[in-house]
Amino acid sequence: MKDKKQKGLSLQVIPYAEVQNLTIAERVKRILNLILDNKIVILQGRLRPEEEARLIEDTMAMVDHIKNFKGIELAIIEPHMKDKDFLTQMKYGIAKKLVGDASALTVIGPASIVKEIKKDPKKIDLMLRK
Amino acid sequence: MIRILRNFSKRILRSLFGRKENIKLGFYGPPNAGKTSLANRICKDWTGEEIGVVSKVPHETRHVQFKEKVEIKYKGKILEFKIVDTPGIATKIDYEDFLGFGLKKKEAKKRAKEATQGIIESIQWLDDMDAVVVVLDAAENPYSQVNITIIGNLIARKIPVLVVANKIDLKKADVKKFESTFPEYEVVGISAKEGTNMDEFYEALFKLAKEV
Repeated sequence: MKDKKQKGLSLQVIPYAEVQNLTIAERVKRILNLILDNKIVILQGRLRPEEEARLIEDTMAMVDHIKNFKGIELAIIEPHMKDKDFLTQMKYGIAKKLVGDASALTVIGPASIVKEIKKDPKKIDLMLRK
Repeated sequence: MIRILRNFSKRILRSLFGRKENIKLGFYGPPNAGKTSLANRICKDWTGEEIGVVSKVPHETRHVQFKEKVEIKYKGKILEFKIVDTPGIATKIDYEDFLGFGLKKKEAKKRAKEATQGIIESIQWLDDMDAVVVVLDAAENPYSQVNITIIGNLIARKIPVLVVANKIDLKKADVKKFESTFPEYEVVGISAKEGTNMDEFYEALFKLAKEV
């Protein structure tokens, strides 16, 4: 993987429906294959905590075995429900149970391209390497 | 899955028979947040011995380390813990980052390799914990995804959590920011290095042990 001289930036959007029925291993593998291809992945929805942990584990195993692979940067943006009224929160909660948390966005990039993802509750700043 | 069920049944049995001996207390967090400094302070306070080496170079702890039978006394009560200090969890490891701390290339590469294995080890140990102290750097951004991932995994495993905002001796430390980021948890601001607010920490720790 190239480290400093980047000629372009490739974003890959994965719709929720595309990963919805995959197992944890398949989902993580799909993401990491794109990352190894130097793409920034924008996943509709969020990974479950155990999937995030698995993603970190598999990433570390790859850092150990793939030359010049340094890992990933990861951030999740979620809609803010705390300031919404009870009914909206309840509707969101039911929808989340029924169809999964498709309203969130997960951004994952190779650490060789994305230096840092600065996150606060309402925005994400992607700091790229020169 | 088996580990989660085993942990859950252990918790049920504990609550039925009220046994709280040798509570496995994990110290989790990102690298350089002060997990080992805090574990050292506790172990030194109650056993006279430290648990591990601390350093300014990230990923100093690269293997899970323990201290068995640490008896802590607070307001007339005694609890026995097994202190489990874990390597810091990160999503990236670059050996070049270590060169800036004066390490030679060969040493830096070795450290990076061990650090990746340490992270995997930390994650695999999560299911074995009875309670976890998440140690975060009070001068850093609390919204870091690693912090959220660690806490999310503890919630999913139904493991009681105490959030510690360490390094309050630093000018940039902002404990309130951590309290608003994790409103569901008790956040204790401490300085493990200077021993500030340790009374408040022990009080929170005893409250946490009640949830085990």
